[in-house]
Amino acid sequence: MTQRVLEILINAFWRILLPGIKVTLPLTFFSFALAFVISVIVALIQYADVKILKQICRFYIWFIRGTPLLVQLYVVYYGLPQIGIKLEAVPAAILTFGFNEGAYMAESMRGALEAVPKGQIEAGYCVGMSYLQIIRRIVLPQALRTAFPSLSNSLISMVKGTSLASVITITEMFRQAQIINAIYYEPLWLYLEAAMFYLLFCSVITLIQRAGEKKLSTYGGVK
Amino acid sequence: MLLKVENVHKSFNVEVLKGISLEVNKGDVVAILGPSGSGKTTLLRCINFLEKAEQGTLTFDDVTYDLATISKKDINNIRKKTAFVFQNYNLFLNKTVLQNVTEGLIIGRGMDKNKAREIAVAALKRVGMDNRLDAFPSQLSGGQQQRVAIARALATDPEIIYFDEPTSALDPELIGEVLNVMRDLAEDGMTMLVVTHEMNFARNVSSKIVFMDEGEVIETADPETFFENPKEERAKTFVQGIISARN
Repeated sequence: MTQRVLEILINAFWRILLPGIKVTLPLTFFSFALAFVISVIVALIQYADVKILKQICRFYIWFIRGTPLLVQLYVVYYGLPQIGIKLEAVPAAILTFGFNEGAYMAESMRGALEAVPKGQIEAGYCVGMSYLQIIRRIVLPQALRTAFPSLSNSLISMVKGTSLASVITITEMFRQAQIINAIYYEPLWLYLEAAMFYLLFCSVITLIQRAGEKKLSTYGGVK
Repeated sequence: MLLKVENVHKSFNVEVLKGISLEVNKGDVVAILGPSGSGKTTLLRCINFLEKAEQGTLTFDDVTYDLATISKKDINNIRKKTAFVFQNYNLFLNKTVLQNVTEGLIIGRGMDKNKAREIAVAALKRVGMDNRLDAFPSQLSGGQQQRVAIARALATDPEIIYFDEPTSALDPELIGEVLNVMRDLAEDGMTMLVVTHEMNFARNVSSKIVFMDEGEVIETADPETFFENPKEERAKTFVQGIISARN
C-alpha cells in the first residue's frame, strides 16, 4: 500500500462512514421495523388459519422469495411510475427492503409460533382467556424468543442488503465508495474500506444479539 | 345434580365415543377408569369443549346444551365455572408460578391485580407451592408443575375440576405429592371428574367409578362394589388384570 493510497483511505474514512450512519443505518432500521411488523402479521394469519387472507400471505411469500431483490427494487422505483405510482428513492427502498425481508422473516415467525406447545392454548381457554389474549400473552412472547436468532440473521442480512439501494440513486455507504473511487480509481482499497464498515456494523449487531439472547435465555434458563 | 352428559358421540375417522352418558353430583369424586384407547380422555375433552362432539347433550347447573351446536358464548360461560388439569400440566412457559395462576383471573376474568394475587397465593399455599412464586415452570419438577396447574384450576373457584390422567406423565416418586393434593381437595368437598390409572386413588378417594371400554360406559358403581364385585364381564377382566399385575 503506497503513501498515496493510505492518504486516500484516511481521507475517505469519514466520507464513507458518514453516509453509513446517516443513510445505511436509518434505512436498515426502518426497513427492518416494517419487515418485522409484516412478518408478525403474515405469520399470525397463517398460524390462525384465516381463510382467504392466508392464501394472500402464501402468494406474497411465494412471489417475494421467487424474485430477486434487485429486480424488485427496479420494479418499485423505475417501474411503478409508469402506472402513476411515483415514490422517492428512500421510501421506495424502505418499502422494498421491508416487504422483501418480511417474507423471509414471516416464515421464521411461523415456524416459531408452531413450535410453541399447543397445550398452553387449551390451558388458556380453560382459564377463561380468549384466543387473542392467549396469542398476545402466551404464544407470541415465546415465539419471539424462539425466532430471535433467526430475526437477528435477517437484520444482519438487511444491513448488507441496503447496499443495493445504490442502484436507485441513494448515496449510502457503497455508493459513496463508488463516487470516491471514480475520482481516485483505487477500487480494491476503497471497496475493502467500505466492506470493513459493513463488517463493523454487522459485528456490533452480532454482539447485541448475543447479549439479547443471554437476557432472553430464560423462562428459567432451562428449556 | 351438577353435570350430566347424555349420548355423547365422537369420531376421529373411527367412532371413539359411542353414546356416553354420565352424571356428576355436587361433591362427587367420579373416577373414569378403563383400558387405554377406551375414550376416557376424549370424553373429558368433549365435556370441556376441547373437542367438538358430533352428538350429545350436556346439562350444567340445570341448563341443557346441545354439544354439537353450543355457542361460543355458552362455552365461555361454562368454562368459567369449570377447570381442567392436563396430563402434561400445560403451564404457561413464559410465566412464573404466580403469573400462571393470576393470568386467568386478571386477563380471563378481569379481576383486580391485588385481589388476584391474594387468591393465587392462597391457592398455591393449598398445594404447597407458595414458596416458589417466582420460579418458571422449567425450574420445577413434574410433580411441582402439576401442583401449580392444580392451583391454577383452584384459583378460578370452579364448581367442578376435570383431571385428565394428572399423574400419568410423572415419575413414580412424584405421583404421591399430586395425589395427596387431590385427596385433600376431595376431602374439602371439591367436585371432581378424574380420568386416571391410579387404582388406589379410584378405590380410596372417589365416590363413584365409571368404567369405560371401546367408547362405551360398561359399568357404573361405587368403588367397593366395582373392585370387589364387578358385574360386567369386561369390568371383571379389567379388575382381575389389575390384581394380577400387582401380585
